[in-house]
Amino acid sequence: MKTFAVALAIAAAAGAQIQTPAPAQSRAATPAGNAENGKKLFASDGCYECHGREAQGSTATGPRLAPRPMAFAALSRYVRQPTGQMPPYTSKVVSDADLADIYAFLQSRPEPPPLETIQLLK
Amino acid sequence: MSTKVPVDRRAFLKSAAVTGAAALVAGRGSATAEQSPPSAPATAPIAPRESDPSGVVDVLTTDRPGGDFMVDVIKTLNFDYIAANPGSSFRGIHESIINYGGNRAPEFITCCHEESSVAMSQGYFKIEGKPMAVLVHGTVGLQHAAMAIYNAYCDRVPVYVLAGNTIDATMRRPGVEWDHSVQDAAAMVRDYTKWDDLPASLPHFAESAVRAYKIAMTPPMMPVLVVIDGGLQEDPVSPEVKARLRIPKLTLARAPQGDSGSVAEAARLLVAAENPVIVADRAARTPAGMKYLVELAETLQAPVIDQGGRMNFPTRHPLNHTENGRALIANADVILGLELTDFWGTVDAFRDSLVRSSRSITRPGAKLISITAGDLFMKSNYQDIQRYPEVDLAMAADAEATLPSLIEAVKRATSAERRRSFQERGSKLADARQKALDRARADAAYAWDASPISTARLSAELWAQIRNEDWSLVSEVGSVSRWPMRLWTFDKHYQFIGGSGGAGVGYGAPAAVGAALANKKYGRLSVDIQSDGDFMYAPGVWWTAAHHQIPLLAVMHNNRAYHQEVMHLQRMAGRHNRGITRASIGTTIDNPNVNYAKLAEGMGVHAEGPIADPKDLGPAIRRAVEVVKRGEPALVDVATQPR
Ligand code: HEC
Repeated sequence: MKTFAVALAIAAAAGAQIQTPAPAQSRAATPAGNAENGKKLFASDGCYECHGREAQGSTATGPRLAPRPMAFAALSRYVRQPTGQMPPYTSKVVSDADLADIYAFLQSRPEPPPLETIQLLK
Repeated sequence: MSTKVPVDRRAFLKSAAVTGAAALVAGRGSATAEQSPPSAPATAPIAPRESDPSGVVDVLTTDRPGGDFMVDVIKTLNFDYIAANPGSSFRGIHESIINYGGNRAPEFITCCHEESSVAMSQGYFKIEGKPMAVLVHGTVGLQHAAMAIYNAYCDRVPVYVLAGNTIDATMRRPGVEWDHSVQDAAAMVRDYTKWDDLPASLPHFAESAVRAYKIAMTPPMMPVLVVIDGGLQEDPVSPEVKARLRIPKLTLARAPQGDSGSVAEAARLLVAAENPVIVADRAARTPAGMKYLVELAETLQAPVIDQGGRMNFPTRHPLNHTENGRALIANADVILGLELTDFWGTVDAFRDSLVRSSRSITRPGAKLISITAGDLFMKSNYQDIQRYPEVDLAMAADAEATLPSLIEAVKRATSAERRRSFQERGSKLADARQKALDRARADAAYAWDASPISTARLSAELWAQIRNEDWSLVSEVGSVSRWPMRLWTFDKHYQFIGGSGGAGVGYGAPAAVGAALANKKYGRLSVDIQSDGDFMYAPGVWWTAAHHQIPLLAVMHNNRAYHQEVMHLQRMAGRHNRGITRASIGTTIDNPNVNYAKLAEGMGVHAEGPIADPKDLGPAIRRAVEVVKRGEPALVDVATQPR
């Protein structure tokens, strides 16, 4: 239950951040986020459940999100108002700042090893 | 020792128990008064209702109890195995099987839970093509077996259940035998069995046992149940009954084929179509089904979407387009559904997120053709029927049995010109298929070195260890994101057995053990990608595997959760706009982590793990394969990504 305890702590911290409204233009640009915190949020907020802990995706539950995620504005729009099977995450439960951290985490995911170097996938 | 006096069960059982009971009754006076004839004074001593017959000796012994005849009948049905957790309500036939029957054909398989017995038999059938018998108590055993029977019912698998029961209330031993007796044992599972009976005599048993087999094996195949009375099993066979004993001939019903007019119409539509799509679910009941499906697809050069209820279509075939299924359906002008569980779900989209909505995904005017034996037999209570599909041509027939005539009709209806356009279509599809295979390999590289280990890595590591063996995957692939289907080469019918049917968790491990039991005599390497949640239902089946030396390689997909439910809960939290960090409550299997290797080891199974570093996985699987090749089960626990 370690992840769970962490999750609660983060949720409380995130709650504090909600008070400060994000600047209007922050949606257009890629906001600076904390990848380390984003990793925790990606787990605690349940993104990992459908997209995998490394955001590698699954054909069964949710597409790959990283590395090279879609533009932040599009990602944010999708998370708030998903058009398919994904559950919605409003700013009440995932603040824009949290999302920025998640985004930083997604950007920080390494590229996979080159296919030619993986013997088992030849 | 032979029977001295042929008597019925009444005669010998009452001497033990009835005297005591009668004495008790006599002492109670008014409490029993209502039961005595009205003329008898209430306070008068009541005579025992039955008294010991004089001169009856040694009647419990017989060298030919009814159970022996039951074994004779069962032997004609050609069962190799009979699985059971032992139970007194079938002690008679149990003893007949092991002694009179020599514990061969059927051989007794000791199970630790009736759910395991039934799920084993479900897995067994899907490899062997013939049922394995199961023995249960008519009460507590059948209650345990019920969920597994439901799975087999939904999966259209004939499971042959014999349930012990003692019908005659005056013949029951006081205490437990009463708890284990029931008026109508089959009532509990009647909604999800195809047929049941309660034979009143041995000749009746013979007829019903053979009839049950025939009914179970007629498509749509389903479980059947014959309740066997304890007295019939245990007691001597009287000369009068003996004279009437015979075993009826079994002639299986031929699987119903689509009528010739509908077959011709379907062929005409398929040949004329620009973008026909073939969808198969429980289509290939036998290896022949797979061969026919390949022939039909190749004749038409039409893509096949294998929904995986059975091993329908080779995974590397250029016409296997399962992964691109939705897009193909959306673009199709003719869709042929073969034994689909859910035709509606195949051609419609259902959204369960911000809103709950559904819409058809097919093109206007697309023609839907269905061939399914499911249309021949329905029950109303349980809802595995899925939503009503609006098809254009429905053949209430067995798909596999109909395919040969459909192939012929398609060939007849194909002009040279159509054949040329089929070939063009085919080469485009082959290109697309190659791209999909390349994409799968590229996708598998993501999170390649992750810990917990990705399901793609797990599948690739496993494949490397088994690909040169004669292997058979005896578990589902959905929870590992279908990676085996994307990365491995499946081209034999026994290489995949579909899923549980009713999505009743607890099917996985016993079905794998049952399928492995069937694979054993062919020397195949049975492989089970074993989920952790499923493992925990009735883990005693690992002991059964060890005890009966059933070779099975289990590699665990241990995501430490009932992960489907984690996602469901996340969905609820998201929808209700709160508590999104709490989906693990009540859904995860951690804190403490279960040590599956120790559990398996404790039951005599070679085991390693949990393995969390992907580099350690290949060598561990290799070691386990060596054990399995020696004829024993082995398990590798792997800490994995969720899906
Ligand atoms: C219950 C499963 C589930 C959870 C939890 C979930 N997603 Fe998704 N997500 C999906 C699915 C499925 C899709 C594919 C589109 C659809 O059906 O909505 C998706 C799509 C997306 C997309 C769009 C990707 C694309 O290429 O179009 C983004 C971005 C995304 N998810 C981010 C997230 C983030 C961030 C979280 C956590 C805050 C999250 N998801 C949690 C299931 C989930």
